[in-house]
Amino acid sequence: MDLSDEIARVLIPPLQRVQSSKILSGLLQKYQNLQLDKLRYLAIVVESEEAKNTTKIKQLLSWLSSIGVKYVTLYDMEGVLKKSVETDLKSSENPSVADGNAVASVHQERMTVELLSFSDGKGAVAKAASFLCLQYLEGDSVGYNKMEPVFTETDVTNALKAVGHGGPDPDLLLVYGPARCHLGFPAWRIRYTEIVHMGSLRSMKYGAVVKAIYDFSKKHQNYENMPQFVYEHF
Amino acid sequence: MKKHHESSASNFLEGVWCFLRKCLFSVLSFGPIPKHIAFIMDGNRRYAKSRNVKQGTGHRAGFTALTSVLQYCYEMGVKYVTVYAFSIDNFKRQPDEVHSLMDLMKEKIDELLMKESIVNKYGVKINFWGNLSLLSEPVRLAAEKAMASTARNTGPVFSVCVAYTSTNEIVHAIEESFVEKRDRIQERYCNSYADESIWADSMDGAISVTDLEQHFYTADCPDPDIVMRTSGETRLSNFLLWQTTYSHLQNPVPLWPEFSFRHLVWAVLEYQRVYPYLEHRRSLSKKKH
Repeated sequence: MDLSDEIARVLIPPLQRVQSSKILSGLLQKYQNLQLDKLRYLAIVVESEEAKNTTKIKQLLSWLSSIGVKYVTLYDMEGVLKKSVETDLKSSENPSVADGNAVASVHQERMTVELLSFSDGKGAVAKAASFLCLQYLEGDSVGYNKMEPVFTETDVTNALKAVGHGGPDPDLLLVYGPARCHLGFPAWRIRYTEIVHMGSLRSMKYGAVVKAIYDFSKKHQNYENMPQFVYEHF
Repeated sequence: MKKHHESSASNFLEGVWCFLRKCLFSVLSFGPIPKHIAFIMDGNRRYAKSRNVKQGTGHRAGFTALTSVLQYCYEMGVKYVTVYAFSIDNFKRQPDEVHSLMDLMKEKIDELLMKESIVNKYGVKINFWGNLSLLSEPVRLAAEKAMASTARNTGPVFSVCVAYTSTNEIVHAIEESFVEKRDRIQERYCNSYADESIWADSMDGAISVTDLEQHFYTADCPDPDIVMRTSGETRLSNFLLWQTTYSHLQNPVPLWPEFSFRHLVWAVLEYQRVYPYLEHRRSLSKKKH
């Protein structure tokens, strides 16, 4: 991109596009060395209509892999991604599927890709609830127990794992779609997730992804010595 | 005499301002008005720090902002307003701060129940959602009194999430669902000491999403149309995670005490912009399930 193009782009469009192109042309040095130690798990929510664009999804995954993200959770409400991406990943080199997740080898970097849809949210919690209650009943050897059950959040987390819906809490969630909505991403996992709206998948930009990850890392460097409940302030 | 003139003048100005608001709201209502707005009132402490005042002052400024926002919402026709007043995580703060927040809450709950308050003006029904047993007794009693005395009100609904987290709400719903199911099964077997296998068979896969949702604090309330967190923060911090599938998540930059009328208007305009998409999404899902 030459200087005159850059100037033209600077004069007209919104700031985001400017920054995005600057990143691409390597003008902003700070984005070069991205500290990813704070970003262990990344999640992407895609509007299901847009998720049908498998080329864009694959491109996004390859960008994330080249940035160095190690674990990506892809979510769309209707399970379009589960159908399209899973078959795609299975047919690529070094395929391996474990517990319904596909481990993908992209750009020679190993990156775990988890695929989720709406049923992995509320439905999974209902399954975990049934599991917990069954366990409670089976643990009662005397007959029926008149005591009220007391479950903890840890119990529910373990139950979710037991019914095959355990997964890490994403640190950052990027939303590709017309609006900033999580569209039913598993509630149990997004308690403290930073949610960023990226716009439509059609107009996704590498620079915007880098910037989102950079902003996240910078913010969480500041939180480094602070226990979470301190910065969880009102 | 002069004071009388001054108060007449300010009443007149207040009347003009109210009229202008109503005009603006009637223009806004050409588009969809959200039925339910939820606020994460973030920024009181930062506000206090930036003005070099005590934290308590920041929280009081926050309460003033809250009463204004409630007024504007109800004028606009928003039927349900929910606020995240105190998270279970917040109990981990300094004991002094927690204590003064509890005192402030009790004071403000009592104020809300007074004759001239917004509650009586609009016939507001107040809910307190959360694990109220974690609150100190005076606050818990004040909250229960507020709920009892406004239970039959048919006006707008004001829900305060206190000692609340979404995950705690889900756990509570699981416990309640189980107890209800177990009691129903007990009835069916006429309280006989049936063996566990019958129990196990009846309970297997027994708890559904619908069962759980009936035991959420929000069971009588529609899902929020907008969830707004002030101070530009992007986290939901364990607030209404289950109920926000189609909620428009907004994070305006102003701190909560700075949140004013124009920010609310802007928020509604933003909502109106994405409304067609959200409605379409909602109806697509309804068709499928």
